[in-house]
Amino acid sequence: MSKKAKVKKVKLGKLEKREARYGYLFILPWFIGVLVFLLIPLVQSFQFSLADIRMTPFGRLITFVGHENYTQIWLEDKDFPVMLVSYFLETLLSVPIIVVFALIIAMLLNGRIKFKGAFRLIFFLPVIIVSGPVMLMLTGQGATTINTMNVQAINSALNQFLPQYIAKSISEVFGNMVTILWYSGVQILIFLSALQKIDASLYEAAKMDGGSEWECFWKITLPTIKSMILLNAVYTVIATSNNESNPIINIIQNAMFAGNKGYGYASAMAWMYSVAETLIIGIVALVLVTKRDAYDKQVKKVKKDRVKQNRAIKRARRRGRRNDGKIKKALNSK
Amino acid sequence: MMERLKKPSILNKKINKDKIRKVLKGSREKDGLIKQIIVYALLVCIGFIYLYPILNMISSSFMNLEDLLDTSIKWIPSSLYLDNYKKAALNMDYLNSFVQSIIVAGVPTVINVIVCSFVGYGFARFNFRGKKLLMAILIFSYIIPPQITMMPTYVLYADLKLVGSLWSFVLPALLGQGINAPIFILIFYQFFRQIPKVLIEASQIDGAGYFKSFRRIALPSAIPAIITVFLFSFVWYWNESYLTQLYVNGVFGNGSWTTLIVELKKFDSGYNPQLAMVVDGAAQSNNESIRMAAIMLSILPVLIMYFVLQRYFVESIDRTGITGE
Repeated sequence: MSKKAKVKKVKLGKLEKREARYGYLFILPWFIGVLVFLLIPLVQSFQFSLADIRMTPFGRLITFVGHENYTQIWLEDKDFPVMLVSYFLETLLSVPIIVVFALIIAMLLNGRIKFKGAFRLIFFLPVIIVSGPVMLMLTGQGATTINTMNVQAINSALNQFLPQYIAKSISEVFGNMVTILWYSGVQILIFLSALQKIDASLYEAAKMDGGSEWECFWKITLPTIKSMILLNAVYTVIATSNNESNPIINIIQNAMFAGNKGYGYASAMAWMYSVAETLIIGIVALVLVTKRDAYDKQVKKVKKDRVKQNRAIKRARRRGRRNDGKIKKALNSK
Repeated sequence: MMERLKKPSILNKKINKDKIRKVLKGSREKDGLIKQIIVYALLVCIGFIYLYPILNMISSSFMNLEDLLDTSIKWIPSSLYLDNYKKAALNMDYLNSFVQSIIVAGVPTVINVIVCSFVGYGFARFNFRGKKLLMAILIFSYIIPPQITMMPTYVLYADLKLVGSLWSFVLPALLGQGINAPIFILIFYQFFRQIPKVLIEASQIDGAGYFKSFRRIALPSAIPAIITVFLFSFVWYWNESYLTQLYVNGVFGNGSWTTLIVELKKFDSGYNPQLAMVVDGAAQSNNESIRMAAIMLSILPVLIMYFVLQRYFVESIDRTGITGE
């Protein structure tokens, strides 16, 4: 603790100062961009969401209305709340599917496989060609549903056991299986390169001790790539949320230019949408965040104890000194 | 193997059994046949599911109306029918939109590469106060959905009269806020960190300034990263239709720019009735084949790019360095 404080007190040298200045210079364009296109719009859009904005021939007319936009969306809009809930459920459902699926493919590709390059090429292809209109049109023409994959039986079974809105989300996930798989290209590659970086000697050692491949997977592979799972899950949430085949963002855009809604209304929608997305990311992170292992925990505990002890000693000394002063005073006054 | 065959014939049977077992279940050096079959079967099946929509699209884009209605024809059209492509191309004003797409995707991409490499170098090479906070902002800016900043940005562009011009894409790119710019900055950051600092210091001792050492030493060694960023940025700008339609094309289609993807989005509404086929005296609107041909035409350029430069695309993930050292 005290060492760190000392380092900070040392003044930066001339060269370091100059370097820091140049560092700021190099990132200056980006920083201006953050101000102009991120922070200021963020504040503005929050203001917008609390206001009613009308386009008049004389310019924008902004009147402050408080939380009216939000209440209006929840009470009067017939599409948005439903969409938001189903977006929430569908994303929560499809994220694990995509991540697990990507992991399986990556594991398959990680072995000694011929035509590895060709397979990698196929699985990454959707990342290149997927865009909102392409996706919408392909689904519209039924090109993304494989006829042989009959999901009717699953659907009817689900309807019996689950409440309707959950069953609907699940069956939608099944119906759009191809679409979901198409969003796992990047994740496959991330997993693949993570798997290739695991030290092969770990597996050898495990096999020496009689570990099966199943055990190796749970005890070595999974713990090693755990952080990548979190990364992939978060990436999946972001990718599917900002995707144009997601109906919500189209609703927001339409609301922007609708006569009876306008910017304020759309901003309020965007804010709620972001809150929902953040919530999903939060849930994902909460589930997947890596717990420290036992050794780390103990080390931390010892350190904490030491800090506590030091503090106690200092306190005792300080008290001692104060008491010294009191005693001296008392002695002097006498 | 030859040695084993020479062994007495009494043992032959057992050896054969062992051999079969070895082939099926595998040994330490080689995977077993069973496992191999399962793995390949799974990969081929999943690969088929992946390619299914694309194959479907290609096959039905060549079908004429009779083929389309004929239930006995599923995959292979009876003849190579190219009229769909002609109609789709005419409808999308292909040549014009193609050239414009390249400009709309290309110009911001070049700027993106330059600015992101610059900023990435700043983050990687220099130490300054607040660096960690700024990196956190960088990642935060990727996480928040663009819809939330869309309205104020649109208002800003409208005030500056930039809606419907290419400036609405160039300006954010110039300030390091182009599409997915945080990822590109991180790629460059990762790359420039791997360049030995000594190299840059040596150039500075020889009299190069900070900018010169960036341009002469750091940039040339980051060519793989530059290629990766260029390709991805191009593809993402090419495929972007939401923001393109809003900013560059103009919501009411009043902008002077259009792209293939935006044209595809408007495909059905913009279909010219004069080009529609006439069947039994009634004008048919777009049929499935023409739509498929339109999709094919709009993704063909990136598809070709992908197959030619596949190495750079597929290896890009390793380059980002997100999976650790």
